[in-house]
Amino acid sequence: MKNNIYTTLGKCCLFALFLLNVSCNNDIEESNQQYPQLNPVNQDQLAGTWKPILLTAPDEFSLDVPVATTTAAYKAEINEIKSYQSNITNDQQRIIKYWSAGGVLRWNEIMQTLVARHNRPPYQNQDGTYPTPTTANPFANPQFPFSNPPFAARAYAYVSAAQYDAMVATWHYKKVYNRAAPFVVDGSIQVLVPKSTLPSYPSEDGVLAGVTVEILKLLFPTEIAYIQEKADEQKLYRIISGANVRSDVEAGAALGKKIAAKFTARASTDGAGAAIGNQALWTQLETNAIAKGETPWLSLDLPVRPPMLPLFGNVKSFLMKPADVVANRPSPPPSTNSPQFLTELNEVKKYSQEASKEHMKIVTFWADGVGTYTPPGHWNAIANAAFVQENFSEVRWARNLALLNIALMDAAISCWDAKYYYFNPRPCQVDSSIKTLTGVPNFPAYVSGHSTFSGAASTVLSHIIPSKASKFNTMATEASNSRLFGAIHYRSDCEKGLLLGKAVGNFAVNRATTDGAE
Amino acid sequence: MAASNFYAQTEMDGIMMAKNNFCTGAIYEYSSWNQYWEGTYKRENLNFGTVSTQKISVNGNYGITDNLNVIFSIPYVTTNATAGTMSGQKGFQDLSLTLKSLVYEKEIKGNWLSFYVLGRFSFPTSNYVADYLPLSIGLKSKTVSVRLMSDYQYGDLFATVSGAYVKRSNIEIDRNVYYTDEMHYTNEVNMPDAISFNARIGYRTSRLIAEAIFDNWTTQKGGFDITTNNMPFPSNTMNMTIIGFNGKYNLKQISGLAIIGGLNHVIAGRNVGQSDSFYGGLFYVLDFTKKIKTTTTDEK
Repeated sequence: MKNNIYTTLGKCCLFALFLLNVSCNNDIEESNQQYPQLNPVNQDQLAGTWKPILLTAPDEFSLDVPVATTTAAYKAEINEIKSYQSNITNDQQRIIKYWSAGGVLRWNEIMQTLVARHNRPPYQNQDGTYPTPTTANPFANPQFPFSNPPFAARAYAYVSAAQYDAMVATWHYKKVYNRAAPFVVDGSIQVLVPKSTLPSYPSEDGVLAGVTVEILKLLFPTEIAYIQEKADEQKLYRIISGANVRSDVEAGAALGKKIAAKFTARASTDGAGAAIGNQALWTQLETNAIAKGETPWLSLDLPVRPPMLPLFGNVKSFLMKPADVVANRPSPPPSTNSPQFLTELNEVKKYSQEASKEHMKIVTFWADGVGTYTPPGHWNAIANAAFVQENFSEVRWARNLALLNIALMDAAISCWDAKYYYFNPRPCQVDSSIKTLTGVPNFPAYVSGHSTFSGAASTVLSHIIPSKASKFNTMATEASNSRLFGAIHYRSDCEKGLLLGKAVGNFAVNRATTDGAE
Repeated sequence: MAASNFYAQTEMDGIMMAKNNFCTGAIYEYSSWNQYWEGTYKRENLNFGTVSTQKISVNGNYGITDNLNVIFSIPYVTTNATAGTMSGQKGFQDLSLTLKSLVYEKEIKGNWLSFYVLGRFSFPTSNYVADYLPLSIGLKSKTVSVRLMSDYQYGDLFATVSGAYVKRSNIEIDRNVYYTDEMHYTNEVNMPDAISFNARIGYRTSRLIAEAIFDNWTTQKGGFDITTNNMPFPSNTMNMTIIGFNGKYNLKQISGLAIIGGLNHVIAGRNVGQSDSFYGGLFYVLDFTKKIKTTTTDEK
């Protein structure tokens, strides 16, 4: 070789570095990082008169009278803001940027994270049975909860409903005490977020932190440290940004905590704890289906796993009475012995064999299976992206997400009622040659959960933002179809599920027209 | 987890094609596992049973000069699971193009020491789905890697060692929100880079090569582990250490025709299947020089 080895190697290394550098820039901009600071077009001054969900009245829980803005104690709180503002760290700037997009929005995203993190079915024991997550020992393996779709729907509903009631109380007390914001009292305070024209006591962010922490402690007991860290950030952001003094925030957190107690008491007795059933019940469901001459559902998990939350249909709804659930129960699916059943089965098989790239994409987009925020979480993300563009006030954000999530919880209740009432088998149970494009959920087929959730969510969202109704309905239909394309549901499951969802969603729409917000 | 296309057979050897010679051939490879590492925990999954990957690749190596070769490979991949309901996938995977340069060569008392630099670029050739592990046919990332390699031939014995840094592009998946160890509100996935190390030792003449192989693939920062009973994800930290045997025989009867074959076994891993694989193939050398044909032209 003529070349000097060092020169050649040097050139090669330079070329290598060039290749590596031009190849890619890995920075990713995520959509929720681009959300602007919340700057409501309408402050909803009268929201203190809106109808709460669980509270008997907005002042059911008391709030202390604030100290006057002329006192030395208040002056000290103003100085605390100034002290923070004299030296704002990068981390504090990050906190302000994050939380100023809206407290209800950010807590909803945190919920989505918690659901996704805990949405994993327990791993089997040595003997092929499965351990059950328990609130008595949430840190044991498997950790509590397994945030599957019904659990998640209920969790989103409790947090959103409690936040809504807490915001109604907040708006009520803001008007009662009418304490000026710190930047009104002292003009030398910088304000790092859009100035609110509302009185500042109690702080809506303080109340949100207080109410949400208490409910999440119950729903995700292993996450207390993570949740508390977020709450502390939210409270600090209001003070550093000059929007609230500490007593606005702390009094708010105390009020939120009291309101939360009413919701956690309800959650402890709403029937969700018993939804898992027991061996006797699981056997009974199978026996009943056989007695009716139908092929009973069987778990396709290996080892065979008990059905997911068979008694979830009995969980106490916020809007529907048990009789409403029965009255809205879909008519029976095609008998497993009928020609129509066979026709539908063959259609599933056709989708399984002819999986186009386009169908695959739809299946994947809506799959929302293990390790994700679930279909209710997906609809929350869709709602958030739409709500951000509407510049809602915090109280209206809370109200709209409460309507959505109560409807999604009712979708879970009504859908699970139908699933275990009919106990219908999955297509690939009946015909093992059917291969699926997504995981087969461990519960009966009729009706489709995705379809019910999507029907309910699109109905509520279409009411809230009528200009986007056709978009929401198209999404719901696509989500519903995705289960047929994925070869895990029959057409009847999807179509009847969508209809059930719409019926359930109308309960929330009816409430929306009478809650005082429209 | 992924159908491993972590290394190609023909690149990491201390052999160059002579100028204007083109060696082309096909390889069939069968790889399967019934145990995998969920993070560091080794387990089976009865809902998949045995996961297999079959790969038929078309490969070629052209001598631009005696010291500079261009190598390509394109595999067609089929995956299957013996249990559970999940459908297997198939399709053309990633085309790789490698420039291999012999940058230094020295005779030391009848033995040869040589150094090589390899630049490799790979990209997906079909719109396959990456976000379908463990049954997706690949990870869909474009990759650029640079490998430095040294070879020492001592009589009929040899040893080759090489190392590469593999830069991987972000990929797009068909979801707009996904959870790794945190939520991401985007359809783009940041793929961690990797370092590949390869060592081989054995017997090498112009007629026969028989070598033992040690290979390691280590994902760099940015990846994450599969959590308990969760599904794998393209940006998981996928590490594996492989030992294997590779052979190549140039037929006496038909000049230019070679048979290759080998076995690989994963001895350690993280977020990958513990796969065993075997492969075999045929290669033929075409000489495009106007000179008289030489017999075995693929040896320096």
